[in-house]
Amino acid sequence: MDALLREYLPILIFLGLAIGLAAVMGLVPFITARQKPDPEKLSTYECGFEPFSDSRKQFDVRFYLVAILFIIFDLEVAFLFPWAISLGEIGPFGFWSMMVFLGVLTVGFVYEWKKGALEWE
Amino acid sequence: MAEFWNGYLLPGILILAQILVLVVPLLLAVAYLTLMERKVLAAMQLRMGPNVVGPFGLFQPWADAVKLMFKEPILPTGANKVVFVIAPMITFILALIAWAVIPLGTGLVIANINVGILYLFAISSLGVYGIIMAGWASNSRYAFLGALRSSAQMVSYEVSMGFVIITVLLLVGSLNLGHIVEAQHGGFWKWHWVPLFPMFIVFFISALAETNRHPFDLPEAEAELVAGYQVEYSSMSFALFFLGEYANMILMSAMTAILFMGGWLPPFEFGPTAGVLGALWGFFWFFLKIFVLLFVFIWIRATLPRYRYDQLMRIGWKVFLPLSLIYLVIVAGFVTYWPR
Repeated sequence: MDALLREYLPILIFLGLAIGLAAVMGLVPFITARQKPDPEKLSTYECGFEPFSDSRKQFDVRFYLVAILFIIFDLEVAFLFPWAISLGEIGPFGFWSMMVFLGVLTVGFVYEWKKGALEWE
Repeated sequence: MAEFWNGYLLPGILILAQILVLVVPLLLAVAYLTLMERKVLAAMQLRMGPNVVGPFGLFQPWADAVKLMFKEPILPTGANKVVFVIAPMITFILALIAWAVIPLGTGLVIANINVGILYLFAISSLGVYGIIMAGWASNSRYAFLGALRSSAQMVSYEVSMGFVIITVLLLVGSLNLGHIVEAQHGGFWKWHWVPLFPMFIVFFISALAETNRHPFDLPEAEAELVAGYQVEYSSMSFALFFLGEYANMILMSAMTAILFMGGWLPPFEFGPTAGVLGALWGFFWFFLKIFVLLFVFIWIRATLPRYRYDQLMRIGWKVFLPLSLIYLVIVAGFVTYWPR
């Protein structure tokens, strides 16, 4: 095995152990506990009502908007990681290149702020 | 055969032993964190808290575990059965495997990878999946709304958390968690919370939001959403969510300690630094910092009322995001023009 893979081997073993542990813990009560299903017990919880319809209906579009904004800014963070590590070596040129990039993103951010994409009232 | 034994099996067993040495105390810590939370909350409200099972209620977590194990697991008729069962497991698995890269002392880490902080960032991002799968699979209105709220909240605060991590990386110049701690060498006033104080606060509050803790516990708001995405869960599936959430609390405290409070470094230059004693000394300080942060988590729960959802989103996007972005530019400017 080469060194890089060897570094990640413990994580793989850890993942295996965690999956095993979670599976055992999640499946044990199916064996140990008494099963007495009845239709009322298995119906969807709705404070005593019968659910009128399927609960997977349309939801507020703002959740979708938040997800889109998250993708943009999380990608930005992903770009910043290598830049932050090597800033000491790339000096002022690297600094100002990233400032241009951040500036463009800030323009977008100000636009969505003014458009009211961040309002929840 | 001998080659197979020495090359693969023996290292594998050693790694497994290391992992068990970490995971077993971690799960115990999670179990006793639940007891600590109940005890501290009780003390803050002038109650006794659990005190029947064992001396001072010390066996309460075991009693709870046994009780949950013998409860009937309910699979609602409308649910997607497979996803419904898998979702809590995912939450629990992710809460555990993040610990693979957390260093407990100099070199005391299971996987000393060079991109440790990136790994943590990736794993904590995946945490949303467990919740949204649970909310979708339950096919219940409360669960669905809770999952939507929770995922929107987690992704919002993750962005500012990312920027805060970047400011730390700018000062350190490495993604390795061990290097991040060693860069804070030299006592209390050299820790990162001094130059990055606003970011320290932002990070801690974002950690509260990430773990769905008070005052940002809207996804589980008992009074309006009857525990949100967990509403249809019972038995050990519920326990897995619970354990995952508390393990995440400890993980976030550990991350705060590593990034801003010098990890295992003592606040003053004293005590042993090498050998077994040094490792124990370092672990003692790391444990103490995590303990104090967890106490603050519980303290906040006892003190603050719940936020409204629009206030929550406003703080995340309109306060923390611009603040951390500006601070990032300032720190980057300092690193470029006035390197230490």
